Amino acid sequence: MNWRSIWTIAKKDLKEVSQNKMAWGPGIVVPLVFAVFMPLVFIILPQMVPVEDVQRELGDLDAMLRAMPPALQALFEGKSLEQMFVLYMAGFMLAPLFLIMPLMFSTVIGSDSFVGERERKTMEALLYTPTSDMELFLGKVLAAVIPAIGLSWITYVVYIIVVNVTSYPLFGRIWFPLPTWWPLMLWMTPALAVLGISATVLISSRVRTFMEAYQMSASLVVLVLALVAGQVSGVLFLGIGTTLIIGTVIWLVDAALIYISVKNFKRSALVAKL
Amino acid sequence: METIIEVNGLERVFGQNRAVDGMTFHVKQGEVFGLLGPNGAGKTTTVRLLNGILPPSGGTARVFGLDPSIDGQRVRRQTGVLTESPALYERLSARENLEFFGALAGIPVEKLSQRVLDILMFFGLQDRLEDKVETYSKGMKQRLALARALIHEPPLLFLDEPTSGLDPEAAQQVNELIAGLSQRNGQTILLATHNLPEAQRLCDRVAVMNKGRILAMGSLKDLTRKLWPVTWVDITFWEAPAETVTGSLKSQRGVMQVTGQGDALQVQVENEEVIPQVVQHLTGQGASILRVNPRDYTLEDIYFSLQAGEK
Repeated sequence: MNWRSIWTIAKKDLKEVSQNKMAWGPGIVVPLVFAVFMPLVFIILPQMVPVEDVQRELGDLDAMLRAMPPALQALFEGKSLEQMFVLYMAGFMLAPLFLIMPLMFSTVIGSDSFVGERERKTMEALLYTPTSDMELFLGKVLAAVIPAIGLSWITYVVYIIVVNVTSYPLFGRIWFPLPTWWPLMLWMTPALAVLGISATVLISSRVRTFMEAYQMSASLVVLVLALVAGQVSGVLFLGIGTTLIIGTVIWLVDAALIYISVKNFKRSALVAKL
Repeated sequence: METIIEVNGLERVFGQNRAVDGMTFHVKQGEVFGLLGPNGAGKTTTVRLLNGILPPSGGTARVFGLDPSIDGQRVRRQTGVLTESPALYERLSARENLEFFGALAGIPVEKLSQRVLDILMFFGLQDRLEDKVETYSKGMKQRLALARALIHEPPLLFLDEPTSGLDPEAAQQVNELIAGLSQRNGQTILLATHNLPEAQRLCDRVAVMNKGRILAMGSLKDLTRKLWPVTWVDITFWEAPAETVTGSLKSQRGVMQVTGQGDALQVQVENEEVIPQVVQHLTGQGASILRVNPRDYTLEDIYFSLQAGEK
């Protein structure tokens, strides 16, 4: 295995993606919405509206809190209404939404890297290089996974800063991230980034254009939306244990998909699609 | 001379389509070998098979003594391929493109920058090295693609339709570069093309293909002899000779047929060696000859004759 070749391919793909507005556009807009706009709405607004209005909201919030695991309910004990609202929204409700990012980034970049290369008619020259199929595969996967995880983590860091700064007048201390966020950021986010790219590799063998690949692989977002629905309805709360279990399941699916992808990623198959 | 490419009964089938159908040929070191044929003749598939990016369905191929379907990576380390479309990364600069392919070809990091500069200079692109490829003209892109194929100084070069889509001026530039490569560097070149004048100018030998099969193979002279074993000579006189003079020509040894009248004759002879005797005979009879033109066959004549035969 020639790691220089793998890094060369990954670096080239990253450079190319950085020049593709269609690919990095969502990479700027979505993190801004998640990490800046949404926390501002959910944290600053309750500090500006009358307490009675928050109280009115609390009717629903109470029901939601009751649906939480007891260990998580303990986090809300002794908190004011405003604090509870901010804690609930910023600490729990928005959490699964962040999982859209690694999926979205890896599918966008992966689609551009695998299908876009074919679409732009540059694939053939790449296939004539003295690299192995595995080196090509790993180079392209890294090009999608590294920025997907990196951008997601940067977004988390921005979110952590925004949440703590904007809620400081309310809490008087740095309280975020909650313990439940660590497995989300460090275990589930990489798992979803790998899921996105491995699905994209499989899909890319069946489609011809970047948009087709992107649209098909983006349907994986349904998974995340299911987690959001689970969280909101209280059916599946993303506590530490649950997140670790779901993350492990995703890693297992990743392993299976990568195994299939590697077996299918052959020069001869790629040439046939040119 | 060492045999660089050796192909025996090579086959590649896609479903019902036999893209390459029992091809047999060899290419010696330093030779410029042309694969000629219409679109879909199997030229590009042959290039892919010889570089190990497609496995064959049958037959054998050896490039530098290696089987490309098994040792594809080792074969590709010694080959450069100019694909039909330039296949360059348009969003990257010329330097970035060449550094990328140079690194994949295994050029050491410390030598890569200098090698890129040298080759860009050789192809006259040094002033545009930091410009994105999307700003290049078609001719410049093709020169850059050729530079990419040569970045690691491969002893064997595959050129797939190297002047396709270029204007005559750019095509001439690229052809001159290719001719220089074989003459100066002694590189072995396999040229896949349907541009017949280009092939005639550049190739030592050609294989004319259709539907995956080789119809005929050899140098221009070999193919001409195979297709037209006899030679025609057009003779123009200053003044029309007497009929007895032309009549006596028919009885000369090696003369097979005499046609035409007045001051122009067409004489069919067994081979070119008979022509001086014909001229000597005519002048001996008092005929004043203005011009003697042995009829030349171009690769185009050969190609169309073979393709017509195939139909």
